[in-house]
Amino acid sequence: MKVLVAVKRVIDYNVKIRVKADNTGVETANVKMSMNPFDEIAVEEALRMKEKGLATEVIAFSAGPVQCQETIRTALAMGADRGVLVQTDAELQPLAVAKLLKAVVDKEQPGLVIVGKQAIDDDSNQTGQMLAALLGWSQGTFANKLNIADGSAEVKREVDGGLENIKIKLPAVITTDLRLNEPRYASLPNIMKAKKKPIEVLAPDALGVDIAPRLKTLKVEEPPKRKAGIKVKTVAELFEKLRNEAGVI
Amino acid sequence: MAVLVVAAHDGKTVRANVANAVTAATQMDTDVHVLVAGSGADEAAKSAAALQGVAKVLHAEDAAYANWLAEDIAPLVVRLAPAYSHVVMAADSVGKNVAPRVAALLDVAQVSEAIQVVSPDTFVRPIYAGNAMATVQSADKIKIVTIRPTNFKAAATGGSAAVEKTDAAAAAGLSTFVGAELSKSERPELTSAKIVVSGGRGLASGENFKMLETLADKLGAGLGASRAAVDAGYVPNDYQVGQTGKVVAPDLYIAIGISGAIQHLAGMKDSKTIVAINKDEEAPIFQVADYGIVGDLFQIVPELTAAVEKK
Repeated sequence: MKVLVAVKRVIDYNVKIRVKADNTGVETANVKMSMNPFDEIAVEEALRMKEKGLATEVIAFSAGPVQCQETIRTALAMGADRGVLVQTDAELQPLAVAKLLKAVVDKEQPGLVIVGKQAIDDDSNQTGQMLAALLGWSQGTFANKLNIADGSAEVKREVDGGLENIKIKLPAVITTDLRLNEPRYASLPNIMKAKKKPIEVLAPDALGVDIAPRLKTLKVEEPPKRKAGIKVKTVAELFEKLRNEAGVI
Repeated sequence: MAVLVVAAHDGKTVRANVANAVTAATQMDTDVHVLVAGSGADEAAKSAAALQGVAKVLHAEDAAYANWLAEDIAPLVVRLAPAYSHVVMAADSVGKNVAPRVAALLDVAQVSEAIQVVSPDTFVRPIYAGNAMATVQSADKIKIVTIRPTNFKAAATGGSAAVEKTDAAAAAGLSTFVGAELSKSERPELTSAKIVVSGGRGLASGENFKMLETLADKLGAGLGASRAAVDAGYVPNDYQVGQTGKVVAPDLYIAIGISGAIQHLAGMKDSKTIVAINKDEEAPIFQVADYGIVGDLFQIVPELTAAVEKK
């Protein structure tokens, strides 16, 4: 079975983002970009499936500008076999990405798609669920543990009250949560090898997908700033402040 | 047109955050209906009908709805949705799982974790872990919106809306619920607690969290944690506060041994009063704390517990 993983190029999680002065978005020029951390977990899970003989091939998908090739290269350096980039400079919202993914799934016929539960830039948490809906597949979201056996997947999910176990039919879409695995680092030899692995570049038009955004961003602003408070020396002083100044205990 | 709130519940009552979702819904349109889908969920439907601002409760019964499998719930919501201008869910682990599936089946966008309703088609939502606020406008005929419960007041009870039965949709047969491993706790639920005591890597072990439990119990507080503490296995995943965990906004948040990565701050910086206890005076948590105390948490926490006990 082929496994398709989706990887998104996002501002690195360590970067303190800055809102643009004209309030149209967030400054991305000269900012370090990386693979969305949840997608690294998705790649790792697919690679482990391949190492266990459960997957025959791992395909890394991305959508966006030409620089997304770097993100796909990262997945290839981790061990994915080949890449597919749907290249566009247009804004892509989750529904559009889900439709592009569906078009590639229709072409590649993977038995499983693994994506990060959420991208750390727009924090939408939608694409995996939307893809499952468009395909009519089952969904195992916020996966903490994944077991594949006999045409189905057992998924341990991170939910509000703790963990939940479901059994879903394959093919399926899995979205990763933080505790699913610890992604590997690419070794230097593998980074070199990845340069020779193929990346197919497609256009949204050629896939017949309308990617027009449905939500219009009117403005992007800084959140209200919280002022740093005071440091207290003793617990007695802290307790007194909480009781008499803040009135919270 | 009316707004449909899709309510998660435990069979007996709808989740507390449904009351927040109802308030958000009333800001989109005055006619608010609530869908309660379940198996033996009569009581839950009644609890939804008691929320003020709710005009009608739709109650669908099917064994397939017992455990909130998105594959089974989504077709029901999709069938009902064309009669509504909006479908609203709380952005908890149920809403996040179900709402995007509904949106894609309807071929519409979803607005995730709205924190403000500017107008019926315009919403404010946090992006980049809350380091930016985006105002977005939806042109879709049906707007699918998940709302962040801590940003909307809970609707009061005392209402008496009519409960109407609606047919179940055909079960999808794609997924089955096997079981749950839920954290057992007598403490207040994290997202609705008035006080939250939260621990990080500084606690150094799961055993040491007992100390925080004692303090939490004296304060009647909920217990939370940073991602680092969950990843290290000190506490279960449902304790995690932050960008990708739970968002809390209690009256008092006590961060103990938490450095304050932006991903953690995303989940708690709307708290009314923040206290930070950390041995590193440079820790970023102090930049958002109203009251900071630099020192050894293993000394400070027992002292604070004793002070609370004496009050």
